[in-house]
Amino acid sequence: MSRGRTALAVGPLAFLLLLFVVPLGRVLTVGLLDAEGGPLTPLLDVVADPRLREAAWFTLWQAVASTGLTLAVGLPVAAVLSRLEFRGRRVVEAAVMVPFVLPTVVVGAAFVALLGALPSGLVPQRGVLPILLAHAFFNVAVVVRTVGGLWQHLDPAPALAARGLGAGPLRAFLVATLPRLRPAVAAAAVVVLLFTMTSFGVVLVLGGSGAATLEVEIHRATVRFLDLGTAAALSVVQLVAVVATLGVYARLRRRAGSERLRRATAARRRPRSAGERTAVAAALAVLGLLHGAPLAALVLRSLRVGDGWGLAHYRTLDAPTRAAVLSVAPLEALWNSITIAAAATAVAVLLGLAAAVAAASGSRLGRFADGALMLPLGTSAVTLGLGLLLTFRTGPLAGRGAVLLVPLAQALIATPFVVQTVLPVLRDIDDRLREAVATLGAAPRRVRREVDLPIVSRATLVAAGFAFAISVGEFGATVFVARATSPTVPVAIERALGLPGAVNLGRALALSVLLALLTGVVVLLVDRVRVGALGRF
Amino acid sequence: MRRSLATIATGALLVAGCGAEAPRTVTLLTHDSFDVSEEVLAAFEAEQGLEVRVVPLGDAGAALNAVALTADDPGGDVLFGVDSTFLTRALAADVFLPHLAADLDAVDPSFLPPDDRVTPVDFGDVCVNADLAWFADRGLAVPRTLEDLADPAYRGLLVVQNPATSSPGLAFLLGTIERLGEEDAFRYWAELRANDVLVTDGWTDAYYGAFTHAGGGDRPLVVSYASSPPAEVLFAEEPLDVAPTGVLLDTCHRQVEYAGVLRGATDVGAARALVDALLSPAFQADLPLTMFVFPVRGDVALPEVFATHAVLPDAPVAMDPARIDAGRETWIARFDAVVLR
Repeated sequence: MSRGRTALAVGPLAFLLLLFVVPLGRVLTVGLLDAEGGPLTPLLDVVADPRLREAAWFTLWQAVASTGLTLAVGLPVAAVLSRLEFRGRRVVEAAVMVPFVLPTVVVGAAFVALLGALPSGLVPQRGVLPILLAHAFFNVAVVVRTVGGLWQHLDPAPALAARGLGAGPLRAFLVATLPRLRPAVAAAAVVVLLFTMTSFGVVLVLGGSGAATLEVEIHRATVRFLDLGTAAALSVVQLVAVVATLGVYARLRRRAGSERLRRATAARRRPRSAGERTAVAAALAVLGLLHGAPLAALVLRSLRVGDGWGLAHYRTLDAPTRAAVLSVAPLEALWNSITIAAAATAVAVLLGLAAAVAAASGSRLGRFADGALMLPLGTSAVTLGLGLLLTFRTGPLAGRGAVLLVPLAQALIATPFVVQTVLPVLRDIDDRLREAVATLGAAPRRVRREVDLPIVSRATLVAAGFAFAISVGEFGATVFVARATSPTVPVAIERALGLPGAVNLGRALALSVLLALLTGVVVLLVDRVRVGALGRF
Repeated sequence: MRRSLATIATGALLVAGCGAEAPRTVTLLTHDSFDVSEEVLAAFEAEQGLEVRVVPLGDAGAALNAVALTADDPGGDVLFGVDSTFLTRALAADVFLPHLAADLDAVDPSFLPPDDRVTPVDFGDVCVNADLAWFADRGLAVPRTLEDLADPAYRGLLVVQNPATSSPGLAFLLGTIERLGEEDAFRYWAELRANDVLVTDGWTDAYYGAFTHAGGGDRPLVVSYASSPPAEVLFAEEPLDVAPTGVLLDTCHRQVEYAGVLRGATDVGAARALVDALLSPAFQADLPLTMFVFPVRGDVALPEVFATHAVLPDAPVAMDPARIDAGRETWIARFDAVVLR
């Protein structure tokens, strides 16, 4: 039986080989080897080019600045949410997580809507500041989850002891609480650093021409300069940076986790002093501004028609107008997105389940598959897209076959989430339950049907929901492999945002609202059938 | 359950894969600025029993690159909109089949390409445009030459586009290099920078943002097209006898746009018919008022607003496509270093 389960790892591994290992190998060979001027020329050219050096430097410093801003907003929110009890806390907790499930181009569109509505001169509409704000919007959830998750379980006794010995609240926090939170803060910071370093959709939409990261330069080298050598060499630089960051993360993860924990509710209490009430109000105000304003602006401006209000931008979505920039009506793009994401979900669930079952069997191959399937998550989506483009420019998945390539690319990114959702559930199924059923006379097959199946199918449903939400909003890899004849919604939104005119903006915003609703509804549904804790990101 | 999931996966993949087109559809891949009158297109479709599907792929550079990246099966039959700037790239990427268009002999010989894989369709000049009223109000002479633009008398008046992100921006940069020579051109750009030239990302920001006439900005000189003055007349809110903007003819750089039958076309016959149609009198006469470019056929009458208000340089300047291809990247980087850093 175990051998049969182990064999299930073969499918996911073959998929990974074909769609990840081979394409990444192509990126490495094109970026390092196959150059006209001899090995390493593209990489040396990149290093010698001041514009690209600047892009690398910008990638790094905007990621550090974004991380700082995210921590500055996220830590107070984490404190308030994990230590204090107040009315509406659960709603706020849910609201913090909303941006995390929104597609990147929707977030870009929301900030375009917001910044365009502000009085001019307050915040530039394109450039570094909009990027930093959007990154903070996205990643506050990471800080709240990671740091708040630890904080609410933290034993308050040492801090109380410090207060008892005469320390003020700030000193007590610095001496007794912060040192214990440090591993979680560091881990959150590294995750945010990784996300913002490889951020693409947001930077492409909000960066303008002055602010280009490596991801944007890879895209530009490919679609604008048709310089695949440079694109691949930039991907190599990006890969090195990502691997280094992941290395730091792995070290931090190993160090964390020795803290004595308690039940969450025990640590939470109502605010007592005026200072604490002010802290709650301030944290909520900042959060409301950062999270509420862009989303409100997105919805309101999608309804703004000329000087009045209406659904005109939504009504024209089914018609390809003369000035349209898509070959299909926007609603057709929505249908494309849904079918492609459904196909990607089916593939991801199939492969993810197979890998999870193999990994749960404890065999070496199974555990290897579990780890290997995480690799695409650590690689930037743009690098994945470039690799797929380089590998499948010719052959059965080129041209018309590209309609298959897009869902496969999305499945590559969604599969690890499926494994991380299903595997913990599979591992946690109580063996005593299985034994009990077996003792009652059930055959092994019957045991699986009566015990494993109901539990696993709920987890699978959750995993499928997440896989769908991820696929339908995927932009970085999709934009490299999707064809103009069947664009997905994120691709259509980015295109429309790049064009002048109120009509294009209105359509982009209307499509963004629809896409946000679609992902939002799917995630809400998933949340209702949620079982146990979800995997880490 | 495993089997049913497999069925769903296969089914979903099939659904995603079934974007099958109706027979006898001819797909025209092009840039975002492509436009044609409904009637002209419908007449062609009726005559040939074809349905034309227009697929915009971004700006001219992005459209060609998208096709070049998938040359074996680019998802279309015809590509329109390869301009002189990218001609050599298109030929090197070998995306087109040889095709001798039916009406090629009606084309002005100066537009005939060096290669039988592309068919010239239209041309336009990228020139500095001036807000005539602005200069008249201040009693300042409208500048004439490139050198004038670097004169401190015209300090802070010019807006151009970044050649890395804008096709007219690149054309104007090429024009300065063709007219002045590479080294002098970049010395000239340093002078323009010293004279406070403004650089925008795209044509729209420059023309409808920074330009005094159209954008309410503070720059009365803008890099635009020789066909912009007739457009100003055509779209004026109140009828005009004289174009409100003028063209600095000694600053122009000419671009020709080409079309070709794609090597990866599924219906080569229909593709050839469509390329021929782009050179037909009906399409050619339609070009000025849909895309604001000039037809390459000399025997097609220009619409009145063009005949009255459009001016073209007597001795057009156009850089050789092979030279453009060899220098493009270097020049964009030098522009970046000289003007933007």
